[in-house]
Amino acid sequence: MARIIVVTSGKGGVGKTTTSASISTGLAKRGHKTVVVDFDVGLRNLDLIMNCERRVVYDFVNVIQGEASLNQALIRDKRVDTLYILPTSQTREKEALTKEGVEKVINELSETFDYIVCDSPAGIEHGALMALYYADEAIVVTNPEVSSVRDSDRILGILQSKSRRAEMGQEPVKEHLLLTRYNPDRVERGEMLSVADVEEILAIPLLGVIPESQVVLNSSNQGMPVILETESDAGQAYDDAVARLLGEEREHRFMTNQKKGFFSRMFKGG
Amino acid sequence: MSDTATTRAQQVFQLKSASVSMTALELYYFDNDEFEDTLRNKISQAPGFFRDIPLIISLEKYEGLDSELDFFKIIGACRRNNIHVIGVRGGNDDQRRLARGASLALMPGNGQRDRGHEAEAETVPAPAAPEPQAVKEAPVTKVISHPVRSGQQIHAPEGDLVILAPVQAGAEVLAAGNIHVYGPLRGRALAGIHGAESARIFCQSLEAELVSIAGHYKISEDLQNSGWKSAVQIQLRDDLLVVAPLDKA
Ligand SMILES: Nc1ncnc2c1ncn2[C@@H]1O[C@H](COP(=O)(O)OP(=O)(O)OP(=O)(O)O)[C@@H](O)[C@H]1O
Ligand SMILES: [Mg+2]
Repeated sequence: MARIIVVTSGKGGVGKTTTSASISTGLAKRGHKTVVVDFDVGLRNLDLIMNCERRVVYDFVNVIQGEASLNQALIRDKRVDTLYILPTSQTREKEALTKEGVEKVINELSETFDYIVCDSPAGIEHGALMALYYADEAIVVTNPEVSSVRDSDRILGILQSKSRRAEMGQEPVKEHLLLTRYNPDRVERGEMLSVADVEEILAIPLLGVIPESQVVLNSSNQGMPVILETESDAGQAYDDAVARLLGEEREHRFMTNQKKGFFSRMFKGG
Repeated sequence: MSDTATTRAQQVFQLKSASVSMTALELYYFDNDEFEDTLRNKISQAPGFFRDIPLIISLEKYEGLDSELDFFKIIGACRRNNIHVIGVRGGNDDQRRLARGASLALMPGNGQRDRGHEAEAETVPAPAAPEPQAVKEAPVTKVISHPVRSGQQIHAPEGDLVILAPVQAGAEVLAAGNIHVYGPLRGRALAGIHGAESARIFCQSLEAELVSIAGHYKISEDLQNSGWKSAVQIQLRDDLLVVAPLDKA
């Protein structure tokens, strides 16, 4: 049985696709047969970051609509051979992802893969709901700012009320907080929320803190998941997150001893 | 019964002080048909809430003619709908005489300080509750043990609501009775939504966007000055929401 992990956030542009690419690559590098599925119909960023955009022939929507088999649509990664990408369509409507269609594809993937990583579109509408519906676990990608935290909270509520697990009354979707684009200097200046602030508000376990880093931009421009940049802070932070996802205990790094966060400053008058 | 022998030495009963919360019906004027129609309509909104409840008729806002005030008809209409009228509150001497004629208990109104009754209140059972308010008794309590997240709403239409987790900004919790939040209250909390003015809100950390009791509300801006970010209870006093620290309660 595959483990289905959704990477979601509510708010756009917080790092979901970056995270999906690195987490799936990290899981595959550890020998787990992994597929990363792009649910962002119409935008299609994942294949750019995975550097396979020129190899896309058939996509997720083609498979749902019976125009191609799953094997025809799956793209095998050139760097990590246990990693596959299921790209999405750039031309179809978001409504092309039907509950039954998605279920059929997920079930078929479950037969051969250990991990299915679902890259969710932003928002809380149809596409995002489809991406999280079948999830066993959720990586909630959050930036250290109030609006992103609020949207993450919203998505957490949806995960616990509208996912398949919630509807069937099964064990709830396992929640992980991944704080990305974290800039300790700006936190210290009170311009951003601290890790402690975000943890306190969202009240879910912390999977990792990914620092804000130029390396992320450079590597995605080159079609390279940043986790493969093993020398970089961001790459190592993603590697830690993958280890924790698999149950390993690793100390949190890259968050520097934060003093007082935004909230404590604001409300305690200090 | 076998107990009788052993208890025979005791007197047949004892009077204990008791306070019972009740629903008050604030009567503005009386017309038999309109009264029963309105009553049915209210009941249909929350049938479980009204079944076999005790009711007092509050005359403090009564503006109709005394001659139209037919307590036997009121009692009859309520009986037909499984509501038990037990007394009146307030009213002038004539009105209270009529109520007495219909075997109803007499309770002082807000402005009326009925010395005799107050003194008796210590020993007289049930209906002598000092200031009966519109609260359902023996309510069904709803207990929620997971966080109430932004965009979610939790509703306890008949009784109290107990939440053993945070209520997040952008979330809303509502109850006919009291609301207890064993965690930070960051969203909106509305207690006494059917008009129960004695309902209260308790929380471990007041960070709310809005709190409301029986329709009287305060928004976050107005809450900053007392008890913000600390454990408080909120109640209604003289139509004003009062925030008090829990440790001094
Ligand atoms: N840790 C980081 N440091 C610096 N830049 C980052 C980091 N994470 C993501 N970014 C940049 O932020 C932008 C948005 O990232 P990404 O596309 O992964 O977000 P997304 O949540 O998938 O967006 P969308 O909601 O549009 O799908 C990209 O330009 C990406 O390179
Ligand atoms: Mg994306």
